[in-house]
Amino acid sequence: MPRPPFIAIGLLSACVLAYEVLLTRLLSIVLWHHFAYMIISAAMLGYGASGTALTLLKEKITPHFGAVYVSAAVALALLMPAAHLLTQQMPFNPLELLWDNTQPARLFAVYLLMMLPFFCGGLGIGLVFAHFGKQASRIYAFDILGAGAGSLGVIGVLFLVPPHRVLTALTALALLAAAIAVAELKVRPKWLMELFAGLAVLAAVALPGMPVHSSAYKDLSQILNIAGARVVEERSSPLGQITVVDNTRVPLRDAPGMSLNATMEPPPQLGVFVDGNGPSALTRFDGRLAPLSYLDQLTSALPYHVLAAHQARSPRVLVLGAGSGSDVLQALYHGSAAVDAVELDRNVTGLVQQRFKDYAGNLYEQPGVQVYAAEARGFVNTSDQRYDLIQVALLDSFGTASAGLYGLSENYLYTVEALQAYLSRLTPDGMLAVTRWLTLPPRDALKLFATAVAALERSGVPNPSSRLVMIRGWKTVTLLVKNSAFTANEIAALKEFSRTRSFDLAWYPGMRADEANRYNLLAQPSFFEGAVALLGPQRQDFIDQYKFHIEPATDDRPHFFRFFKWNSAAEIFGLREHGGMPLLDWSYPLLVATLVQAFAASVLLIVAPLALSRCRRILPGAPVSLYFLAIGFAFMFMEIAFIQKFVLFLAHPLYAVAVVLCAFLVFAAAGSWLAGRWQAENKVTLAVIAMGILALAYLAILPGLFQALIHLPDAAKIIISVALIAPLAMCMGVPFPTAMMRLAGAAEEAIPWAWAINGFASVVGAVLATLLAIHLGFAAVILLAVLIYGLACAALRGFA
Amino acid sequence: MNNCNDRLNDKTMKRHFALGAFLFCCCALPSQGGEFDAARHKMVEAVLADANATTSYSGIAALSPSVVAAMEKVERHRFVPDWLTAFAYFNRPLPIGHGQTISQPFIVALMTDLMQVEEGDRVLEIGTGSGYQAAVLAEVAGSVYSIEIIEPLGKQAGKLLESLGYRNVETKVGDGYYGWPEAAPFDAIMVTAAASHVPPPLIKQLKPGGRMVIPLGTQFMTQYLMLVEKQQDGSLTTRQILPVRFVPLTGGH
Repeated sequence: MPRPPFIAIGLLSACVLAYEVLLTRLLSIVLWHHFAYMIISAAMLGYGASGTALTLLKEKITPHFGAVYVSAAVALALLMPAAHLLTQQMPFNPLELLWDNTQPARLFAVYLLMMLPFFCGGLGIGLVFAHFGKQASRIYAFDILGAGAGSLGVIGVLFLVPPHRVLTALTALALLAAAIAVAELKVRPKWLMELFAGLAVLAAVALPGMPVHSSAYKDLSQILNIAGARVVEERSSPLGQITVVDNTRVPLRDAPGMSLNATMEPPPQLGVFVDGNGPSALTRFDGRLAPLSYLDQLTSALPYHVLAAHQARSPRVLVLGAGSGSDVLQALYHGSAAVDAVELDRNVTGLVQQRFKDYAGNLYEQPGVQVYAAEARGFVNTSDQRYDLIQVALLDSFGTASAGLYGLSENYLYTVEALQAYLSRLTPDGMLAVTRWLTLPPRDALKLFATAVAALERSGVPNPSSRLVMIRGWKTVTLLVKNSAFTANEIAALKEFSRTRSFDLAWYPGMRADEANRYNLLAQPSFFEGAVALLGPQRQDFIDQYKFHIEPATDDRPHFFRFFKWNSAAEIFGLREHGGMPLLDWSYPLLVATLVQAFAASVLLIVAPLALSRCRRILPGAPVSLYFLAIGFAFMFMEIAFIQKFVLFLAHPLYAVAVVLCAFLVFAAAGSWLAGRWQAENKVTLAVIAMGILALAYLAILPGLFQALIHLPDAAKIIISVALIAPLAMCMGVPFPTAMMRLAGAAEEAIPWAWAINGFASVVGAVLATLLAIHLGFAAVILLAVLIYGLACAALRGFA
Repeated sequence: MNNCNDRLNDKTMKRHFALGAFLFCCCALPSQGGEFDAARHKMVEAVLADANATTSYSGIAALSPSVVAAMEKVERHRFVPDWLTAFAYFNRPLPIGHGQTISQPFIVALMTDLMQVEEGDRVLEIGTGSGYQAAVLAEVAGSVYSIEIIEPLGKQAGKLLESLGYRNVETKVGDGYYGWPEAAPFDAIMVTAAASHVPPPLIKQLKPGGRMVIPLGTQFMTQYLMLVEKQQDGSLTTRQILPVRFVPLTGGH
């Protein structure tokens, strides 16, 4: 008998994991969200379904082991690009999810297509384990080594190669795995090895990148439809795909929410898009300030006028999310003495500093301007500077305000803790300015206001109302939070600024009701009324009774853009055809739809085939079922919650997915391996206790630890993250193999069921964890996971 | 790349909708003649019901008879892609290709009503799209000038409006930012193409006493409508209108 295909299995595993991470990138570009939860669920479904298939087809497959294994690798190679192409053929449009009854079916088809490559990968890997059972630990080592290298390696590769080319590279890698497997398993005919190796080289060299068609409703697709639009620059990194669009026939003219009283036109601009979302403007600057006067007609110009009322000197400004420089230009226009511009993506600042340096008038090297490539929270936490003004730029586009890159995912810019951190970096009379798109009925604005009130209270300010100012234009809202009480001069400046631009006052200390709702008339002065309620004693009642979720976002529940509430879901759903569709943000129903389909698909593909086969006669007892169900859910809860938790620390969802996934895989595998050698009787209980202690300790220390270490370079943060996850994951690796070994000794026929039940729980758990985190917070999800592990321990006692 | 994408989307959508259209034609349409009249009438009734329900929010007591008549008359099924004809009289937005949509009939009626157009009025529309809104406006106004920024869409709508006999509509493909100075000033202007700001030249081309309507939101979802009124002295007042019967506070209002 040949030895197991160690190298091939490592490569196969690397391919599957790299593909999993790559999908989050591709979906960000095609749609509006990274969909990490859906991808992990699809991957688990693929693995689970392949387990069921292996169980049922074991006797038929065994004689042809080598051929089936090689076929699985080839199928993986072909299905990765094929599934991608087919997914794009599927006219799934999340914007129509609630208009069109057929959209959920299309979403289901997308989900199943996503699952297929994982099915093949799972089949290949599972086959080797089944065939070379005695060498499982060595196979495991290669499997996990590959998985770790794949999930982290793809991040490095994405810095060099755009995602659509990485997909082709993975095809080549899977073909290489097939070629090596032919050699390792001595499959006949031998020329297959040359064939697959040749195809791998061909795929790597000759195959063009797979086309990536963004949704026709994304900002970039829309702007490219305009006559004269052309792409003048494209850059790619794991942080995003940057596209720069020029149009000399129909210029961009970005001036978000400019006062209707203004008569000027913005100077020529280039549109900068990240993953097809945007645009943010890269404005032509020739050193003259006069053409920038439009920047004084936006609500975000307010803080400069208020600062000028009390400060003789020019302000020192920090711009968070500087992008291609609009807010920096605005600061320069208003005579700022120094501007620190913080932007995460070097590709974006690079546009201004290199590629379009002349066009942008060398903006980022103007006297007083300093650019930092850093994550906003990290920069604020480590900076020892004090600023007169911190501007949080309007980063997302209007169209995707509630469905953008952030959507259902985490946003750590607008949490209570974030606002507290910003306030701590202000001079005694400095202020924080945050501008958001206006939504009706008010959502973002009131949530932001509530968050600011909470931040001031937590910072020990006795009377938050004296430190808040909010105005609204017809399209944007700007909130000011000051480090001291607003003075009479400042309020006079505020009124003058708003009056001359026809912006409405929504709140200032001492505001009368008759001053609200004067220029942009609403049926009710709902911004002012909301602000008053949020500052009053009945705040919690107001938040509870409001039909949108405006509870302040925190680092534990950083879903700033979640406005969905179950209480009002029925009413809003009923109004969807009566003009009420925009009241319902599509990302939440999408999450629920994903949960339903995860349930249906896992029943259909993992559980039902077993239930219909001869295995139905050997149904396991309740304790066994409960045990494998529990550890499946608990593992996913931990993994998903930690992915989300590490987004803040690692600064980007993709990094968090790759690093946390890799760490959990590698160290859970190490835990499994150790469990096999560890002779203790009650090792599951011990592992669960250790894990519970670790999880609770992390809940206590992680926020402080992240805050202290967030400024470190990426590589250091990745190592720290892995080190933090390692002991936890090792404990979590114990329960599954331990119980499996026990079944192998006592009730071997229950093993396929144990796999299937565990697979089912993983598929559903991945999505359910996201849903629970949104409602209860990450801490609660982690606690729940510990609790469920405890339940599993109890169930284990009931094993026969 | 985008055209290719549209084509792909179009093809798959065609396949999908073909069955629906067939079933609809078998069950719902009695004959070929005035086959859509009943469906259109039903759509207008739905629009009226929505308008009545939102009276206190939109500030419109009732849709004006001329707008209702226009909605009854204009054949929406002519303005949607062939494979969506069966859905033309559903009170919902529909895709028309190029990442654009034809607005929900209720929103079209509301916007037209907000403009308070009278016979003989001169109206400018920025964003022709399918041409449906221009046709509705043409039924109530004296003359309609409509500009589309997406070339194939603009050409198609222009041809369609011409073939339907709308002599009082002029269309062109181009940049709507500077309006249509040769035909200015206008009694009413509608800016259906989303912009980051209201182009100052358009405000200039609005007559004193004139009204401008701007829907804000994304394709498929109109968040709110903005009505800009130019006073006789040239000053502006704006109203922001939520086109739905909804109070954000339980027990509030």
